[in-house]
Amino acid sequence: MSSKSRFIISTLAFGYAFLYLPLLLVVLYSFNDSSIATIWGGFSTRWYGELLQNDLILDAALLSLKVAVTSATAATLFGTMAGLALARFGRFKGRTLFSGMISSPMVMPEVITGLSLLLLFVTLQQFTGWPGQRGFSTITIAHTTFSMAYVAIIVQSRLLGMDESLEEAAMDLGGKPLRVVFDITLPLIAPAMVAGWLLSFTLSLDDLVIASFVSGPGSTTLPMYIFSKVKLGVSPDINALATLIIVAVSTGVALAWLIMRRSARP
Amino acid sequence: MKDFIKIRGVSKHFGDFVAVDDVHLDIGKGELFSILGGSGCGKTTLLRMLAGFEIPSSGKIEIDGNDVTHQAPYDRPVNMMFQSYAIFPHMNVARNIAYGLQKEGIAKAKINKRVDEMLALVQLEDFKTRKPDQLSGGQRQRVALARALIKRPKVLLLDEPLAALDKKLRERTQFELMNIQDELGITFVVVTHDQEEAMTLSSRIAVMDKGRFQQVGTPKEIYEFPDNRFVADFIGTINTFEAVVTRMLDDRIELYSDETGTAITALGKQLFEVGQQVEVAVRPEKIFLSKDKPSNDEDTCVAGVVDDLGYLGNRSLYRIRLETGKIVQASSQNRRRSVTRFLEWDEPVWLSWRPRSAVILMD
Repeated sequence: MSSKSRFIISTLAFGYAFLYLPLLLVVLYSFNDSSIATIWGGFSTRWYGELLQNDLILDAALLSLKVAVTSATAATLFGTMAGLALARFGRFKGRTLFSGMISSPMVMPEVITGLSLLLLFVTLQQFTGWPGQRGFSTITIAHTTFSMAYVAIIVQSRLLGMDESLEEAAMDLGGKPLRVVFDITLPLIAPAMVAGWLLSFTLSLDDLVIASFVSGPGSTTLPMYIFSKVKLGVSPDINALATLIIVAVSTGVALAWLIMRRSARP
Repeated sequence: MKDFIKIRGVSKHFGDFVAVDDVHLDIGKGELFSILGGSGCGKTTLLRMLAGFEIPSSGKIEIDGNDVTHQAPYDRPVNMMFQSYAIFPHMNVARNIAYGLQKEGIAKAKINKRVDEMLALVQLEDFKTRKPDQLSGGQRQRVALARALIKRPKVLLLDEPLAALDKKLRERTQFELMNIQDELGITFVVVTHDQEEAMTLSSRIAVMDKGRFQQVGTPKEIYEFPDNRFVADFIGTINTFEAVVTRMLDDRIELYSDETGTAITALGKQLFEVGQQVEVAVRPEKIFLSKDKPSNDEDTCVAGVVDDLGYLGNRSLYRIRLETGKIVQASSQNRRRSVTRFLEWDEPVWLSWRPRSAVILMD
């Protein structure tokens, strides 16, 4: 082995270690029998069992899942429509503004997004009485707004890579525009929509900052619960929970990637 | 029926850009008509207006007596074969071909029968259940053709139908297209940038440039009697000489050219004034090469030396430099089998052509 390739391999190993060693430690300590999180006391799955006994955690997890599924579905619907408009409606008036506004939630600091949404909900409540209590609905709306940006970008890039004459050919053969969307466009962008949904789902499941702003009393998402608990010290059942989240999130991301890659082939 | 498709004063503007500029055209029923031009000449825009993907800024299009100018693509009795073929990647060959009939709500058994007919027509019976990504370029082209023909359109539009195929396959497919067109009697309108393709395929050709038709005629008319400089240059190669009209006779025009340093006689009944500046054009294959001075008085004879030559197998190309310095292209068929060359570099040679070979071009 030449010294150059040894250097490259050790750099790579260091980089991966830097990124993934902490995660690996969390997974490892989730099987720790000791009740002091930082001391190894032998292998055990007892914290996973205790996790299932903890109603607070289960409630938070259920809320997070509900929010993630609902917001990912809504984001996929709106994001797909936005992507279609950007890729297929030509140069309509205000296109540049629209395109900028679609992608701005991705670069906007989460604190700002959270704060502005909170202000919106408070103002809305003063004038219309809704939302009476912040919780599931407000968190879902907040998550939809930022994750639909990702769906729009994914769908738009898929459409741009797709031959526009496919839709023209369908129309030429007698398909009315709406029919063509269902016959041709949607089947061809379906992989992008699935990938967008999975990405939105993971983004929603991960989010702490925005959810903290727009949630109300009694509605605690999983990340919020973990964060509040860790402030009092790392407890082993949190490690178990974190491991489960790592598995869920990495499965979602891997699936999204796989689907996009398979559909990218001609 | 001579005016099956009527295009009347059709223009298309994209902002300030004029893609198609006041075009008039009649295409007869059952014709194989080509629109020939370079990229950006407006030919594809014109085709898309026939298909209904673009609405003309002004003018009118009629097909078989019906005004279709503002009709949507899905309502027109017109189908199109796209340059990219636009085969639906998520459907197999049979479903691709059946798509047009399915949208008409025809009974399934009938659709299957027609799909089988179409598959037989394009010789793809064995590929019925294949997915498009398992097909070769030539097979995809046939699927696209079958799909566009299954609704028995009144007009089939073909956008660069052979551009994606390699040379050998292109030549074979050309004749297949002609046979299918002949068999079905459907009017074909082909858009192409390839002059050879247009010449072999079409009954008539429209040569297009800058959004306008430069000339409309049979391949022979366009090649042998180009109306203007653009058409002469675009179709094949041609030599042009600046000349002055010296005498007008009943059926011929006598000219003098400084570029050849000789008098030139051209057949023709066009009217010119004595002293008018014109251009005389001669195709390379109409020029005879000989080592001795030809004796026929009528012909135009010029002396030169071989500047360059190229051997292409079936024929040879020559670039001859005249005494005036002008370079003239000539070509000759290689009828005899021989390893020695008829002419060598820098060898003196006589060029001559008949009066009927000379064409006088306007602007």
